[in-house]
Amino acid sequence: MTTATAAANVLTGQHFMNGDLACAEGALAAGCTFFAGYPITPSTEIAERLARRLPEIGGTYIQMEDELASMACILGASWTGVKSMTATSGPGFTLMMENIGLGMMTETPCVVVDVQRGGPSTGLPTLVSQADVMQAKWGSHGDYEPIAYAPSSPQEMFDYTIKAFNAAELYRLPVFVLADETVGHMTERVTIPEPAELVLADRRRPIAPPDDGWLPYGVGDDLVPAMVRAGDGYAIHVTGLTHDERGYPVVDAQVHERMVRRISRKIQIHAPQICEYEKIMTDDANVVVIAYGATARAARSAVMAAREKGIRAGMLRLITVWPFPAGVIKELANVVRRFVVAEINLGQVSREVERYTRRPVNWINHAGGTMITPEAILRGIMQVKP
Amino acid sequence: MSRETVVKTHPLDPLLRADRLPHIWCPGCGLGSIMSCLSNAIASSAIPPEKHVIVSGIGCTGRVAGYMKLDSFHTTHGRALPFATGLKMANPELEVTVVSGDGDLFAIGGNHFIHAARRNIDLNVICVNNFNYGMTGGQAGPTTPVGSRTTTTPQGAKEPTFNLPLLASTLGAVYVARWTSLHVRQLEKAMSRVMQKDGFAFIEVLSPCPIGFGKSNDIGDGLAEMSMYRENGVIPIEPDLTQAAIDMKHDSSIMLGNFVDIERPALGVRQ
Amino acid sequence: MSYTSYRRPIDLNDVRVPRGQVYVIPERCKGCRFCIEFCPEDVLVESDGMNAKGYHFPVVAEGKEDACVNCRFCRLVCPEFAIYTEEIR
Repeated sequence: MTTATAAANVLTGQHFMNGDLACAEGALAAGCTFFAGYPITPSTEIAERLARRLPEIGGTYIQMEDELASMACILGASWTGVKSMTATSGPGFTLMMENIGLGMMTETPCVVVDVQRGGPSTGLPTLVSQADVMQAKWGSHGDYEPIAYAPSSPQEMFDYTIKAFNAAELYRLPVFVLADETVGHMTERVTIPEPAELVLADRRRPIAPPDDGWLPYGVGDDLVPAMVRAGDGYAIHVTGLTHDERGYPVVDAQVHERMVRRISRKIQIHAPQICEYEKIMTDDANVVVIAYGATARAARSAVMAAREKGIRAGMLRLITVWPFPAGVIKELANVVRRFVVAEINLGQVSREVERYTRRPVNWINHAGGTMITPEAILRGIMQVKP
Repeated sequence: MSRETVVKTHPLDPLLRADRLPHIWCPGCGLGSIMSCLSNAIASSAIPPEKHVIVSGIGCTGRVAGYMKLDSFHTTHGRALPFATGLKMANPELEVTVVSGDGDLFAIGGNHFIHAARRNIDLNVICVNNFNYGMTGGQAGPTTPVGSRTTTTPQGAKEPTFNLPLLASTLGAVYVARWTSLHVRQLEKAMSRVMQKDGFAFIEVLSPCPIGFGKSNDIGDGLAEMSMYRENGVIPIEPDLTQAAIDMKHDSSIMLGNFVDIERPALGVRQ
Repeated sequence: MSYTSYRRPIDLNDVRVPRGQVYVIPERCKGCRFCIEFCPEDVLVESDGMNAKGYHFPVVAEGKEDACVNCRFCRLVCPEFAIYTEEIR
């Protein structure tokens, strides 16, 4: 890629744009050159932006016949060495689960953006929800450890789309940006840095030349195999079947155990580097609100309002919902009396928080369609006397 | 002169994962013959082997990818075409051949087939049609002839079938052919031709599945079905694809041939 | 277009019929008989003995030692990559 093209993919400067557009620009800044997708509200602006922008920088935009195809398509593209992405909402995310499983199994880096809307099924196409958290964790069959970022602002849509690409490249898996309709459609200032200021990661390539001894799924201490490109002469075999280090299918419980453990462990051992969260006024807090995505904005207001009332409230904002920051919740549980979890679903993260603490967890939620108000969260906080 | 010479390797072994042979396919199955034709076509292709990529879906035919010593992708059921579309669109220098079964390409993957053909993405698509789902033990699919007995049509299949060459030509495929695992010379030539074509090129290959289909449908073993191809195969000079449906009855002809060879603007073409 | 427009008889005096040598990898054979049944010169028959999996693999029939014309049909049709021929020059 020439310097001129490299500059064209990073729109350095101050912008006033919505979260979907910021996500698209984040992808371009991260080096994404391939998008396959299918229109779906409220994510369509990402596809529209990339349909215009990718050809400008020599990349490829292709609209597929459905989300099954979109996900398969970006996996295929990834194996040519490009950074690839798709964007969707809950119903499309459901269809993608089949090939997300293939991506987890074959360890194929790519990014899937899910701008969440109300569900189940067609649900509330134009209105907010955060009810895909568990779909992101368990949506495809079998065991795997996903990575999912939950941005809270258009700026974070830009920043965390880049981080999603970096994580995908470093750990070789499909990485999720678990956005929501509110963040996707909210317009705010977005600062895009100089290209030189961006921190980008690229997948590791094998150092050894093609020969019969190289193992496509052989790993070192980091448990992440190096990845070749199709066409480089390594004659690799890539399969969704349980496979050994050669990539050959094997019907063997021990090989299966080793492989499934490794694709989970490679994320678990890197969780300290991957996990991101923000603690706000938790040092002296005896009640901590846990929130993520758009809801974190309301939660912050509620915590401020509680403080003004003299309540020692704090907040834990989850930036990665997966891997789940269990450690920080266990730490907080040692000092706080109670948790309040605010989310636009019927308790997906609330239930997860309860797994890591014996403190009471107050579920503040509804099924979707509107934001949770700061007042509702404040009422949750107020159940705890200062 | 001498009798046969016993050896340990085959001239095509460099294109095969010979360490995985013998393959899993049953005695009398035609898949190996088709893979042999494909290997010969790749060996004689002007494109170097490292630029050839094989993509398969799921099923017996889906296993072709795993036996060829090329960059090979064994994907999900029905999704070989969109996966291949990603490979080809992201790197048009690759020569991408999709090898999959009738159930994979036309039942679970049918929507992808019609759209890949519509786009005219530069792929070689080889559909091995054995008239049933062999891997799962002989169930009916979209090519199972009416009246055929399978494990899911114990009273005989009742649904009309796809006429695959007609379907592909209607969708605008730039190359359409139908051969059988017996017509290996014609098949090898057709495979060589699709590797030269820019655009969506389709070959249907009929292949015996003695265990899943032949034995329960008055055809017999693989050899008997191959003989049926020889007896009933007809190569019309002016083919009418509307008449290309197959019922696999002993007194019916099986239309074979290279039916379509046209040019049309294509996606993912090597520059 | 009719085939007759470009079909031309060949003169056997001008044509040298190639001769082929048959090579077999017995352990790969699964006994489908495709090569035996469809050899245009009927060169092949089943072996008397069996391979490790119990299949009778192809061998050149008695009296057919010089019959192979190296047409490659057996190589193409064999599903097991277990037989091929090479021209004897």
